Amino acid sequence: MSQGFDPKKHVALNPERVSYTSSTDFPGHFADEDHSWNPAEFKKRLAVRVERISNRSIEFDLVGVDASIANAFRRILIAEVPTICIERVYVHNNTSIIVDEVLAHRLGLIPLHVNPVFMDCVYHPDGQPTDRNTIVFKLCAKCERRRNAPKDAKDPAQLYINHEVLSSQLEWVPQGEQSIVMAANPPAPTNPNIVLVKLRPGQEIEIELHAVKGVGKDHAKFSPVATASYRLLPKVILKKEIPPHLADKFQNCFTKGVIRVDPRTKRVSVDESQARRETMSREVYRHPEFEGCVQLARVRDHFLFNIESEGFYPPERLLPEAIKVMRSKIRTLREAAQGLLQDIGVVEDVEMAS
Amino acid sequence: MSEATPKIRIMKGAAPDLSAATYQIFDETHTMGNALRWMIMKNPKVQFCGYSVPHPSENLIQLRIQMFDGLSSLNALLEALDNLDGVCESVEERYLVSLREGRYERWEEKS
Repeated sequence: MSQGFDPKKHVALNPERVSYTSSTDFPGHFADEDHSWNPAEFKKRLAVRVERISNRSIEFDLVGVDASIANAFRRILIAEVPTICIERVYVHNNTSIIVDEVLAHRLGLIPLHVNPVFMDCVYHPDGQPTDRNTIVFKLCAKCERRRNAPKDAKDPAQLYINHEVLSSQLEWVPQGEQSIVMAANPPAPTNPNIVLVKLRPGQEIEIELHAVKGVGKDHAKFSPVATASYRLLPKVILKKEIPPHLADKFQNCFTKGVIRVDPRTKRVSVDESQARRETMSREVYRHPEFEGCVQLARVRDHFLFNIESEGFYPPERLLPEAIKVMRSKIRTLREAAQGLLQDIGVVEDVEMAS
Repeated sequence: MSEATPKIRIMKGAAPDLSAATYQIFDETHTMGNALRWMIMKNPKVQFCGYSVPHPSENLIQLRIQMFDGLSSLNALLEALDNLDGVCESVEERYLVSLREGRYERWEEKS
């Protein structure tokens, strides 16, 4: 049966353990198999299929790569794709009940809608801010009583002006050439309705905020994603015929739609197109009558990615950005290794000359 | 050669012909370490390849490469970097093609 369990392609899920978890596709692993790097073969197997896109998230399949590559993309998405966030907060006045440092932390976490390509990274924490690396916001709000509020009003919104300071009240102060470069998309929070501080009459805040470019490994606020994760494609492998009188019970051990039962013959089959919905609950292993009937597995090189965007990037732009970062890392390493090669070449020449 | 912080350094004890060497790569993590290890292991001339993060508070990885037949591990490293770049290129290309074809479900998410 071509659909059987293959330890080279599948990870086995057993009642109490997983097995065949490591990849074995290396030269020298099997005596009669090659497995050395072959770009043509790789491209033949490689498939990327976008499955679902919403305004906030994307799901896609990445087939035919090793876990180390899929994991590199996931790690870069979380920690190394740069975004813009508020990094320095200058509190000129704060008489609210939130202390300065807590407020500063809150402000830092606001996702900003700023295209990172317009900005340079600040390499030194005390480096000079310029219009190329810093975006300035102002946040000034003062709470006052509303003169014409109804006598019996209890709602703070009716009683006071500015009882809540929202993220929409952040005011961008263009610096230098920013007023031209960023005019089409003025920097602002992605969500205008985040409550930053609550105020009462007499309280006021007056703050200057500097936003800079950074990456998630420095601080999670810089991460462009809410989550970036993958899982392996589930696979249900039938090993022998299920007795017709147990067909419905068998079907109920799995997620709805994964197992098909022919209404007439009660013959059981797996709907491969629905396999991704299987929760892998292993319920089927709890029933002694199904022992030896089925092997639960996952396909080792079929990754189901799910990425939720948070901040500037639309979900479909995240993977290309991650790949861009990865390729720039490869380039840096390549240049360094090339330099090493040249240095060694020089040393050898000297030795030969002497 | 004696820059303040090199990106890659060959550690003491490497074979003179670099057929076996451990490379210290600075400012890199499992992200590049594991991907590079995998690609180097795909080379049939490589006898052994492994990487480690010696300490979580030191921002570096160590990559050990041993070659058959006295070949240079540095060349294997360079070759793997090129191949890895090819992988990235192919993945991006396929992704963009799939995106352009538009055979995916669109849905609205409340935030």
